[in-house]
Amino acid sequence: MSSSNRSRVTIDVDGTRYVDDVEPRTLLVHHLREHLGKVGTVVGCDTSNCGACTVLMGGPDQPQRSVKSCSVLAVQADGTGVTTVEGLAGPNGELHAVQQAFHELHALQCGFCTPGMIMSAVDLLRDNPDPTEEEVREGLSGNLCRCTGYQNIVRAVRSAAASLRAQAETTMEVAA
Amino acid sequence: MTAGTEPEVGNARKRKEDARLITGRTRWTDNITLPGMLHLAILRSPHAHARIVGVDVSAALREPNVVAAFSGADVADVQGSLPCAWPVTEDIVHPVRPPLAVDAVRHHGEAVAVIVARDRNSAVDALDAIEVTYEPLPAVLDLAAAAEDGADLVHPDKGTNRSYTWIFDSADAGTGGSVADAEAEVTVHRRYVQQRLIPAFMEPRSVVVDPGAGEYTIWSATQIPHILRVFYALLTGVPEHKIRVIAPDVGGGFGGKLQVTPEEMIAFLAARRVGKPVKYTETRGDSMLSAHHGRDQIQDITLTAKRDGTLTGIHVKLLANMGAYLGLVGPGVPILGAFMFNSIYKVRAYRFECVGVFTNTTITDAYRGAGRPEATYAIERAMDELAVELGMDPIELRRHNWIKAEEFPYTTVAGLVYDSGDYDKATDKALELFDYAGLRAEQRRRRDSRDPVQLGIGVSTYTEMCGLAPSRILGALRYAAGGWESASVRVLPTGKVEVVTGTSPHGQGHVTAWSQIVADELGVAFEDVEVLHGDTRTSHKGLDTYGSRSLAVGGVALVEACRKVRDKARVVAAHMLECSPDDLEFTGGAFRVRGTPDATKTVADAAFAVFAAHDLPDGVEATLDADATFDPQTFSFPHGTHLCATLVDTRTGQVTIDRYVAVDDVGKVVNPLIVEGQVHGGVAQGIAQALYEEAVYDTSGTLLTGSFVEYTIPSAADLPTIVTARTETPATSNPLGVKGVGEAGAIAATPAVVNAIVDALRPFGVDDVPMPCTPERVWRAVRSQSGGAA
Repeated sequence: MSSSNRSRVTIDVDGTRYVDDVEPRTLLVHHLREHLGKVGTVVGCDTSNCGACTVLMGGPDQPQRSVKSCSVLAVQADGTGVTTVEGLAGPNGELHAVQQAFHELHALQCGFCTPGMIMSAVDLLRDNPDPTEEEVREGLSGNLCRCTGYQNIVRAVRSAAASLRAQAETTMEVAA
Repeated sequence: MTAGTEPEVGNARKRKEDARLITGRTRWTDNITLPGMLHLAILRSPHAHARIVGVDVSAALREPNVVAAFSGADVADVQGSLPCAWPVTEDIVHPVRPPLAVDAVRHHGEAVAVIVARDRNSAVDALDAIEVTYEPLPAVLDLAAAAEDGADLVHPDKGTNRSYTWIFDSADAGTGGSVADAEAEVTVHRRYVQQRLIPAFMEPRSVVVDPGAGEYTIWSATQIPHILRVFYALLTGVPEHKIRVIAPDVGGGFGGKLQVTPEEMIAFLAARRVGKPVKYTETRGDSMLSAHHGRDQIQDITLTAKRDGTLTGIHVKLLANMGAYLGLVGPGVPILGAFMFNSIYKVRAYRFECVGVFTNTTITDAYRGAGRPEATYAIERAMDELAVELGMDPIELRRHNWIKAEEFPYTTVAGLVYDSGDYDKATDKALELFDYAGLRAEQRRRRDSRDPVQLGIGVSTYTEMCGLAPSRILGALRYAAGGWESASVRVLPTGKVEVVTGTSPHGQGHVTAWSQIVADELGVAFEDVEVLHGDTRTSHKGLDTYGSRSLAVGGVALVEACRKVRDKARVVAAHMLECSPDDLEFTGGAFRVRGTPDATKTVADAAFAVFAAHDLPDGVEATLDADATFDPQTFSFPHGTHLCATLVDTRTGQVTIDRYVAVDDVGKVVNPLIVEGQVHGGVAQGIAQALYEEAVYDTSGTLLTGSFVEYTIPSAADLPTIVTARTETPATSNPLGVKGVGEAGAIAATPAVVNAIVDALRPFGVDDVPMPCTPERVWRAVRSQSGGAA
C-alpha cells in the first residue's frame, strides 16, 4: 500500500469480525475481495451500473439493506455488519430460498452477476414479499445480466417470494 | 440415469455448475492470488491516431512500490505482432499489431506503456508519472469515406485503408446464375447500417501469468484456452509444452473473449521481465476501449423478384469495419455472413462483395452470431420491403420462397447443403402462439382510428450455419486452424466417469449437458460423471467454444468416445458372462445376454474387472478409457420463426414490445432448460441491438460510450417476457441430431423487432428506422415523413 495514512475499520462480514487498517480510498468491494478473501463478491463495472458487487449492509441498530459495495468506502462501513453471497446460506449450508430458486429455475448462466443479483433480490423481497413481475423487473433494474435476458431471474425471484411467504406462515403457525 | 430408467438426454436437468456460482465459491481469474504476485496497469492512448514521439517511464520507476515500467519501444524486439488467424484473401493487407504501440497509436485506448507494482493502487497511481509525447494525426473514422481513394490512412505505409475485397458470385461458383440476368419485375434496393456493438460480457477480462522457472502457467478469462496456448508458443518462443493455459470460471464471452489480446501478451512480457507472477484485471472502462467490438457494417442489398413474389436474385455489397487492425478472426466475420444472405430462400442468383476497411477505432471481431445476424438482418428487413412493394403479407412472401420440408437436403445458391428443416412447421406454430390474425385486426383498428399508439408486427424467419466447422471448408476459406473437437472418457475403478472435453464453457452448462450424454451412452448415473475442461494440462486437445459449435462438434466427439469405451466394456462383459460380445445387447444401461435378460454386466462392472485385471481377455489393456476427435463433414442449420409485436407511440417515439414469440428448431435437445436459457439470452441481445446499444465515437475518435452509463445494455425493466417454443427436426449430419443454439436468438430477434417498428409506422410513410431505434430516432422518422417539424 502506498499510503501511511490508514484508518482502522471494524466490520462484521458473514458473521466474522474483521479489524483492519485500510487506505481511506479503499472501496468496500476491494476490502472484501483483496483483504478479507471474500472473492464471491465481484466487480463488473466502474460506474455502479452493473450491481454485481451488491451486498447487504446495516448498522448495529439498523437492518441490513442492499448496497453496491463499489459505491461504499470501507471506512464508511466501519461498525456495520455486512452479508455477502458467501454468508447467505444457513449454518448447515442450507440454501437461502433465493439461491435455491435461482438453481431450480435456471436463473444464471455464467454466474458473474449472480452474487449481486441474489443479494438485490433478497433485499427486494424484504421490502415486498409478493412482488408482481413488473415490480421485480423494476426492483432489479440496478443489476445487469448479459446471459439470461432476465426472464428466469424474474421467475426465480417470484418463486422465492412464494417460498419465503410459505416459510413465514409456517413459522407463525409454530409460534402460535 | 440408473439402469432402465428414462433417458437423460432431453431431461431438464438442473445445472451442476450452479452450486458454486450461487454461493460465491467461484474461481474467476481475478480471484487468483499467488505468492509474490505483482499487479499490472496499462497506460492507454487518449488519441485515435497519433505518432508517438517519445515515452518516458523514468519518473514512474521512482514511484512507491513500482517494480517495473516499460513502453512499446522497450519491448519492440520481443513483443511480436498479435495474430490474425483468418486472412481471408491471398492479398489481404495485414498490418503489424504490436501488443504495446511503438511508433504510433491507431485507436483510442490502444496500450502504450505499463507499470508493474506491488499492488493495484500503486500501479494505477504510477501511470500518472509516465510521460508520453504524441503528435496527433488525422483520425479516419467514417467507414464509407475510409474506403474511398484519397482518404487519410490508418496505416500510411500500406497505401490504402482497404484490407481486402472478398467476392462470391453464384455464376462463378456454379451454384446459380448471375444476378445481372435475374428476372427483375420488381427491384428493392436498401442500405442498412449495422451499428457497432460491444459484447459487454459481465466479467471484465483478467489474466495472471506465473513464469515459474521457465514454465509458464497462465490463467485467462478467455473462451479459447487451447488456441491461446498455441499462439503464446508461436509469439513468445516458449516451447508449447512449457505453457499451461487455464480458463477457470469465465463470466460470459459472446465472442468477446474469442481473441488473443494485447493484455494477455503484455502480462506475459511483464512476468517474463520481472520473473514474478503478474496479474492484470481490466476495468470496465478499459474493457470498452480495448476488448474487441462487433458488427459495424454498411450493407447495400438489392433484391429482384417476379410480380408473383418469387425471389430471383440477391446482390449484396458490404463495407465491413475492421477497426485499426485485424483481429483473430475479424476479417472472416463478414464472410460467415456471406453464406447466410440467401437465408432459407430458394433464390437462384446471388452475388456478394465485401470490402474490409481500416479505421481509427477499436478492432471488430466475433460477437454473438458473427456475420450471421448482420446477414439475417439485411435479408429479413429487405424481404419486408419487398412484401410492401408487392402488396403481399410478409409471411406469405417468405412462405412462397422458402425451401419446403420435402426438398431437403437442399443445396443453396451460396453452395451450402442444408441437411434438414421444416420452416412451415416452425412458422405455423409461431403464428398460432402469437395470434397473428388477432394482432393484424388490432393493427387495423388502431390505423383506422388514427390511434397515436400504433401497433406493428415484425417477422423474422432465419437459419444459421452452426457447428463450426468442417476443417476442410475452413481451410478452403483460408482460416488457419481446423474445426474439429475432442473428448476423452475414462471410467474409474469404482464406476465413476471422468470426461475431458476440448470445449471451453463460460456459461453454457457443458458440465451438465455432457453428463447427460455420458449417462445415456454408458448407463451410469448423471451424478457419477465429472467433466473437466479449460485447462491445457488436463484437456490436451481442443478448439474451444464459439460459433454454437460445442454440442454439434464437441458433443459428437463425446458420444464417439463413449461408444469406444462401451465397445471395450462389451468385450470385458462378454468375457465375464462367458459369452461372445456379439451375444450382448446394451439396453437399460447394461449389457444383457440376448435371450437371457437376467445375465447382465454394467460398464461399472467391467471397469472394476479391468482395474483388477486378474482375468482379462487376451489383448485387452487394463484401462477402460477412450479418446475421440470429431471433424464434422458439414455445418448444422438451426432455424426458426420469431414474431414481435411493438406498440409505438408516435408522439414520443417510445417503443414497447407487446408480444414476442420465438419458435426455434435446434434439432435434438439435450437439456431443454439450457436451450430455453440460451434463447432468452440471445433474444435479449438481439433486442438490445434493435433498441438500445451502439458504440459511438465523437469526431475526434474518442469513444463516447466508454462505460455502462453511456453504453446501455438493457436491464430487466427494459426487456419483455418472451414466449418460447420449439419444433424438433433432427440434424441428419451428426449422430446426436443436434444443431446448436447459442446464437439463434441474437440472429432472429433484431430484424423481428425493427420490422415491427417499421410496420407500425408504414401509415406515416416510414420504411426504415436506423438502429438502435431510440425514441428520438423513431420520433424523427415519424416527423420526417409526415411533414412535421423535426
